[in-house]
Amino acid sequence: MSENLAGGLATETEILATAEAWRKAGRGVALATVTETWGSAPRPVGSHLVIDGEGNFLGSVSGGCVEGAVVTEAIDVIASGVPKLLEFGVADETAWRVGLSCGGRIAVHVVPVT
Amino acid sequence: MDLALLSALNRHRAAREAVALVTDLESGMARLVTPEGLAGDPAAEALAEAFRTGKSSKVTVGDRDIFIDVHVPPVRLIVIGAVHISQALAEMARLVELDCTLIDPREAFATPERFPNVRLVAEWPDVALPPLKPDRYTAFVALTHDPKIDDPALTIALRAGCFYIGALGSRKTHARRLERLAAAGFSEGDLARIRAPIGLDIGAVSPAEIAVSILAEIIGTQRQRRRG
Repeated sequence: MSENLAGGLATETEILATAEAWRKAGRGVALATVTETWGSAPRPVGSHLVIDGEGNFLGSVSGGCVEGAVVTEAIDVIASGVPKLLEFGVADETAWRVGLSCGGRIAVHVVPVT
Repeated sequence: MDLALLSALNRHRAAREAVALVTDLESGMARLVTPEGLAGDPAAEALAEAFRTGKSSKVTVGDRDIFIDVHVPPVRLIVIGAVHISQALAEMARLVELDCTLIDPREAFATPERFPNVRLVAEWPDVALPPLKPDRYTAFVALTHDPKIDDPALTIALRAGCFYIGALGSRKTHARRLERLAAAGFSEGDLARIRAPIGLDIGAVSPAEIAVSILAEIIGTQRQRRRG
């Protein structure tokens, strides 16, 4: 989970403005969005995470559980220019590995900002 | 997603305009839709629901999975009258995360000492309100009892389509208010939108209790609309 300068959670406004500012500054940028949740997912549908080509990020899709995996996938998306639909959940071996310990499942769509 | 699309999304958000970012989950193709642009859209029904509830969701339209990322402005509160009720109301509004602005042209009332941590505008409503751009995501409350202050403010709130409009005053005071506003050209339907006597009927007595009843009525109106 990332924090803003004021020490609180980054707001949607800050996340989306950051995505725009990073891209305008010439950085590779991807935007990840929670598109579906099942069970007790920590962040609601529509939550965003912005990632740059170096792996810097702002926002949250899971309250910290799977951000690392999403950032890694996002760097691929930035390099390839091809969107990805990711799923994390306890039924899934990958999810177990990245640890969505809350017992929920989430789908995350990652698109490049071009 | 195209940078221009992201910039446009941020512009809509900054202007407090409802907008949806619609993305095809397979191709990643994205577009923006506003509530005014729903006619003829293949996902019109789901989009209308998203604008009504403020909830983003994945939907299937034809054989395509799309994601509707809906952005509706945060609800805010505008209060006319820096009176006792407003002192309690402003504090409670902060607790329920309603962004609150207080307007009162009487400088003796609208002081930072009486209203710490509140955005105060010591101007007449016809000067103070237009720059705030009241809209249908705004709750509006008139509490001064003074027609010189409340009436022009109510006129602006009614025209702006605020989702909640409440005015303090007894039934008799309100009847006279309705006569004045009707004379100014408002229809019966328009005037029926004003909640008066203001607040839920919980027998509130103290200023703080009245603030509770007003805030509960605002929340009820907001959630009811979302429950549909």
